[in-house]
Amino acid sequence: MSVDKDTVERIAKLARIRLKEEQKEPLAKELSNILGWVEQLSQLDTEGVPPMTSVVEMRIPLRKDEVSDGGYPDKVTANAPEASHGFYVVPKVVE
Amino acid sequence: MAALTHLGLAEARDLLDKGEVSSKELTEAHVAAVEAARELNAFITETPEKAVAMAEASDARRSKDEAGPLDGLPLAIKDLYCTEGVLTTAGSHILEGFKPTYESTVTSQLWRDGAVMLGKVNLDEFAMGSSNMTSHYGGVENPWKRAGDNRKLVPGGSSGGSASAVAARIALGATGTDTGGSIRQPASFTGITGLKPTYGRCSRWGIVAFASSLDQAGPMARSVRDCAILLRSMAGHDPKDSTSVDRPVPNYEQALTGDVRGLKIGVPKEYRVDGMSDEIEKLWQQGCDWLTAAGAEVVEVTLPHTHYALPTYYIIAPAEASSNLARYDGVRYGLRIEGEGSLDSMYETTRGEGFGDEVIRRVLIGTYVLSAGYYDAYYNKARQVRSLIAKDFAEAFAEVDAILTPTAPSAAFAMGENMDDPLAMYLNDVFTVPASLAGLPGVSIPAGLSSEGLPLGLQLLGRAFDEETVIRVAGVLEEAAAFDHLPAYVTEG
Repeated sequence: MSVDKDTVERIAKLARIRLKEEQKEPLAKELSNILGWVEQLSQLDTEGVPPMTSVVEMRIPLRKDEVSDGGYPDKVTANAPEASHGFYVVPKVVE
Repeated sequence: MAALTHLGLAEARDLLDKGEVSSKELTEAHVAAVEAARELNAFITETPEKAVAMAEASDARRSKDEAGPLDGLPLAIKDLYCTEGVLTTAGSHILEGFKPTYESTVTSQLWRDGAVMLGKVNLDEFAMGSSNMTSHYGGVENPWKRAGDNRKLVPGGSSGGSASAVAARIALGATGTDTGGSIRQPASFTGITGLKPTYGRCSRWGIVAFASSLDQAGPMARSVRDCAILLRSMAGHDPKDSTSVDRPVPNYEQALTGDVRGLKIGVPKEYRVDGMSDEIEKLWQQGCDWLTAAGAEVVEVTLPHTHYALPTYYIIAPAEASSNLARYDGVRYGLRIEGEGSLDSMYETTRGEGFGDEVIRRVLIGTYVLSAGYYDAYYNKARQVRSLIAKDFAEAFAEVDAILTPTAPSAAFAMGENMDDPLAMYLNDVFTVPASLAGLPGVSIPAGLSSEGLPLGLQLLGRAFDEETVIRVAGVLEEAAAFDHLPAYVTEG
C-alpha cells in the first residue's frame, strides 16, 4: 500500500494533527514502508477465524448503574489550560 | 555491609526487618545516588523531600510493628503512572505541567505496602519506542558500555529510565509497563530482571494508556526474588479496571523453590530467526543446558504464526493508541496552543506541536487502519491473526510448562544507531511481542555477556496467570547463570 502526500494530509486532518510542510513527504514514505510491511498478513488465510475480542477469557463484570464517584469539578478541571466555574473553557464554537 | 545502594531489594528488606538499617539511611543513600547519576538522565522528576518524608513515616511504622511487605524500600516510578500532586509527563511535551489529582492503583498499592518514591523515571514518549530516544525529555544513558568503546548506549525502551536506574544502583527496584516488550527488552539491555505479568494481573487504572488490550504494569529489579516481592504488591483486582482479574494474589516469593525437576520447557523453533547472532543462539542453548542439568526436560515446540506477530502488533497497537491519544486535545490537561482561533485549529496545533515524531507516526497509522474502507483489511485481519497467535501458545502450553527464548535479537545499541528507519527499530521486539499479543506472562533475566561485554537476556514465558511457574524456572536459570557482572557506570563511576 503506497501512501502519498495527499493521503497523509487527509489522515492528519482526521487525527487532528497539524503537520509542518516538511514533515509530510517523509511521513508518506515511512507510512508506505510500514503499511507495505504489515500487508504480509494478507498472505494468511483467516477465513472463519474469530477476531480476538478479549485477551484473557473473562466475562465483562457488571455493576449497578448508579453514580459511584464524582462531585468535584474543581479537581477534574485542575489541570485544564483554562477552566472557569467548574467548566473547561474552549475557543468559541458557535458564532 | 556493602554500600546501601548495592543491596538487593530482598536483602534491604531483611536488614530493615532486623533493625540493622533504617529506611531513612537507605533512602538518603539512594537520594544521593540519584543526584550523583544525573548524567544518565534516568529521572524526569526527582522527589527527594517526599522520599525522606516517606522513609521517616516508614521508620515510625516499623517502630510500632506496623511495617508492610515493602516498608521503607526506595523505588523509581515510570513516568507513565499517575502520581497525585507529582508531575506526570508520559515523556511527552503534550502533558507539560500535568499534576494528577489522583494516584494510579498500582502505585497506591506500593505506598499502601510501605514503599518509598524516589521520583519519576524517563521513558519513550507515551511508551512508544524501544530505545528511550523518543522521550521529549531526552534519551537515557545505559550504565553499560561496550568494552573499549566510550559511546553512549541506549537502555532500551520504553521503560528505559526504570532499567537504567535499577542497573546503575540508584533505585532498589522500579515499576515498568510492557505493551510489546517495554519491560523485558530494557531489562535485557541493562542486565537486570524484568517481569511482565499476565494481562489483567495488575490494574491499568491511572497508568497513561498506550494500547489498552496490551498494556500491563510490572516490576523491574536486580533479581527474580526482588521482582516477585514487588509483583505481589502491584498485582490484584481493581473494580476501576474492568479488565483486571478477580483472582487471589499469591505470595510469589514462595514460588522460588529452586526445583524444576519434571517440568517441561518448550523451545519454539520459529524463534530461530534468520540472521540471529551466534552468541545469542549459544546463550539460548546454554539456557536449555542449564535447565536440563537442573532436571527439567527441554523439548521443541512450534508457534507457527510467530512470523506474523510483529505486523499484527503494528496494526493493533497504533490503532488503540490513535483512539487513546484522542484525549490530548488542549482542553483537559497539559499543553494548549491556540492556533488561529477556532476549536479545530486549537486541537490541530496543540497536537502537532505536542506530539513527537514517533507518536505522530503511530497515531497516523492507527487512524489510517481504522478509517473507513480499511478497517476490515487491516484492523479486523490483525485481530484474527492475534487469535491464531494466542491459539499457537495455548497448544504449546498444553505440552509444556514454560517456554524459553532469547529476550532481544541484540545487545544494547548506541544512541543514534537504528534511528533513521522506524521498521528496523520495531524489530527489537520480535521475541517479546508474540506473548504480549497473547496476554501471557514473561520475564527477562540477565544470562550472559556479549563479545563486546554487554548483558544479554533470556526470556521465559508462562501460561496465563501462572507467574509462579515463570518465577520458579527463572529462579533456577538465574542461579545457574550466576550473572554478577557490573556496568561500567558502577565499576568506574
